[in-house]
Amino acid sequence: MTARWARLPHPEPAPARTRPYDLVKEFVIALVAVSLLTVALAAVFGAPDERPVTIRSWAQADPADFLSTAFAELDGSSATATYGPPYNSAADGQKIGPVGLAKLVGVRRPIDTADDFVLTPLSDAPQNPDVASALATYKNAGADQQGALRKQYADATTAAKGDPTQIPADTAGPVQILLNQLLSQAQAGSLDGQLLSSGGFYQSDYTKPLLFLNDGTYLAGLADDRHLSGDQWGMMNETGNYPGQPWLWLYTFWYQISPFDHTANADALIWGLMAVLTVGFVLVPFIPGVRSIPRYVPLYRLIWRDHYRSERRL
Amino acid sequence: MSDQNVPSSVAGTGAGGWTGVVRRRAVRAFPPDRLLPDEQPSWVASWIYVFGVLTLSALCVVLATGGVLALKGPAWWHISSTGRYVNSLHLWSVELFMAFMVVHLWGKFFMAAWRGRRAMTWITGAVAFLASVGTAFTGYLVQQNFDSQWIAGQAKDGLNSVGIGGYFNVLDFGQMLMWHIVLLPLALGLLTVWHILLVRRRGVVPPIPLDAGSADEGDPS
Repeated sequence: MTARWARLPHPEPAPARTRPYDLVKEFVIALVAVSLLTVALAAVFGAPDERPVTIRSWAQADPADFLSTAFAELDGSSATATYGPPYNSAADGQKIGPVGLAKLVGVRRPIDTADDFVLTPLSDAPQNPDVASALATYKNAGADQQGALRKQYADATTAAKGDPTQIPADTAGPVQILLNQLLSQAQAGSLDGQLLSSGGFYQSDYTKPLLFLNDGTYLAGLADDRHLSGDQWGMMNETGNYPGQPWLWLYTFWYQISPFDHTANADALIWGLMAVLTVGFVLVPFIPGVRSIPRYVPLYRLIWRDHYRSERRL
Repeated sequence: MSDQNVPSSVAGTGAGGWTGVVRRRAVRAFPPDRLLPDEQPSWVASWIYVFGVLTLSALCVVLATGGVLALKGPAWWHISSTGRYVNSLHLWSVELFMAFMVVHLWGKFFMAAWRGRRAMTWITGAVAFLASVGTAFTGYLVQQNFDSQWIAGQAKDGLNSVGIGGYFNVLDFGQMLMWHIVLLPLALGLLTVWHILLVRRRGVVPPIPLDAGSADEGDPS
């Protein structure tokens, strides 16, 4: 049932009064005005373009973080290694109540962090006899033996107060040799290309290097310094004093409040909530209550004040 | 429906077949004076009406500046001062486009502009807004700078959590570039044309009656 306030006859009668209107002229004036405003804003403020972090710059700036991350990739304890779908089956992924959409979709971009981030880049590069021997030892070892070799390195790191760069040379077994070699390759810049390469000449998929970078703390530290962390309204910001994507405010807002700021399923729950709100937004004309807000918030009286005034005069 | 409203030059006997049917329907839905009107109802007299055409104008600037960036390739603006400026134009035209669109959207909401068989006009506008958010988001992903890296790393978790990331991989620059410069602009362009044609076909929504406060709740039919 259409309410009186929202009811309009069909076909609508021609308006009682009209005024001259030049649509093309209005558009051209608007286009010129917006173009000039854009030119001025761009000239005054420019745009941010901070150079990306490379595996090389990371390894050079923070070798300890690089080594710790590489060990976590080898150990299977990094964020990517324990992520679950779409990268691996180490976890079920997030759920909305009992529904796990991530698990339902499954592993569509398989990544084995030990192989993809550590062992394959080492195997694909020409190595000196020590590294080649360490690599063969590790790869030929059984799972238990590999675990023991990793533990040897982990214990040495603990003894070095958590800083793997301070482990004395040749004291932590094959894993130390492998990770130090990986660090050398990273610092020389070759690991950037190796992680990007997927067998072809042309490349455009940065999934592996970006996941590797995100597993470390170096990138997150830089982002935090630039007010880009999740608890700082995250990705709706951008570097420098630029507006970023303020239209994402509602999405990032949920991450700031309870229960979303401490639940393990925050992403899925927020996406579910945003999906509902988005459908609601699109279907506003059909939602009782919401569609009546305009008549309770009488901004329309301001918008059409001249019309109402002239009607009263008549 | 009869052809009496169709100009004889268009509805003539020579216009046969599928083409004739389409032509007659198009002219019936959009007679020239409705498609390009030279007069408006007297109530169309508020600054809020300007934000529709401002949004469209900003979209034209976005497409033009994005076209120049596409012409020169994704690396150009990182190594050329001219390219840097064109990228700045692209950024600020997007900011203006989104700002104008949000004001336009709120204006239409508080005018209950879906009344009188105009629900589809609202829906196409709302979906165009969502397509714009997606287009802008993928634009941030393909900047090839620190912002892109960080935004991609953050955004992947939300998309992966609901299974979208397996198909729409924000870490894949090539895929995101295609979405940003082909698929989403195409969708946005089509939605914009559809939205504008609906506005022209249905006309501008009449004012809400002043005694609306005492009326029952209604639907948009």
